[in-house]
Amino acid sequence: MKLLLCFVLLVFVNSGYAKEAVPVAENPAIEKRMIDLSEDLRCLVCQNETLAASQAELALDLKQEIREMMKKGMSDKEIVAYLVNRYGDFVLYKPPVKTTTLLLWYGPFLFLAIGLIVLFLTIRKRRSQIEETHLSPDDAQRAQSLLENNP
Amino acid sequence: MKAKFVIPLALFLILVVFLWVGLRLNPREVPSPLIGKPAPQFDLTDVHDPGRHFSNRDMLGKVWLLNVYASWCESCREEHPLLVEFSGKQIIPIIGLDYKDKPEDARKWLNQMGNPYELSVSDLDGRVGINFGVYGVPETYLIDKAGIIRDKIIGPITVKSLDERIIPRARELSQ
Repeated sequence: MKLLLCFVLLVFVNSGYAKEAVPVAENPAIEKRMIDLSEDLRCLVCQNETLAASQAELALDLKQEIREMMKKGMSDKEIVAYLVNRYGDFVLYKPPVKTTTLLLWYGPFLFLAIGLIVLFLTIRKRRSQIEETHLSPDDAQRAQSLLENNP
Repeated sequence: MKAKFVIPLALFLILVVFLWVGLRLNPREVPSPLIGKPAPQFDLTDVHDPGRHFSNRDMLGKVWLLNVYASWCESCREEHPLLVEFSGKQIIPIIGLDYKDKPEDARKWLNQMGNPYELSVSDLDGRVGINFGVYGVPETYLIDKAGIIRDKIIGPITVKSLDERIIPRARELSQ
């Protein structure tokens, strides 16, 4: 009876470890490449997290997918294209320059240019508003004495 | 003097328009690059009969819906009664893609909630889901006779998306 109990307990002990370990550092070189690449990719579930940082189920699946593609010898470019084909440019933290993203990429320079034009025009306008004034000899003398008396 | 008031006011109004539009967009809806492209090929087994295979090639010549669901998915519960009702109208067939789920759980769930699917297939490891760009269950794809994805609805189907998007487009594509 005791033996049977021991056996039953033994079976249950083992079942506690039933979940398969995630193959993390199976191949350190690929792991590093995968993390480097997925740091520039967006997790679609969490959106403000990189694929590298995310623990969402889909992110884990995609990272596994990336590992496998790397093992197959695909280049980073090919892997990114694979993801963009499925999820769109949204997965990229660095969106490509194209007609729809022109404003996104060059908008800040546009605003800088507008700012510089406004600054230039304002300065020019102010310059024309300032009138050169000449001191009368009395005023000049008063100014001189004030400056000299001041310690 | 007048410009001093008009310019900031104009800038403010532009900002209001941007915020008005921007805040009403749903950031969770990422437009799918697959719309207008052929649906990725798959060959999976039936949830009810693991011996039976189904490929989306079998649907060529028909307009149909591919509904991605799972028994663990809460929002699927929300849209499910609508799908059951829609399937009763027999406008177009619905095929279910049981995403990362145990077939026995899916069977139990369908028995409980009603089964709107002509057939549902098991995507056990989520690979087919990845090929379709699924990132949040439920998702629904409208696929035409040539096997091209025509529309994608992210998140639960609503009466509005059924009446305004799915049904009119399905009728149009069926002609």
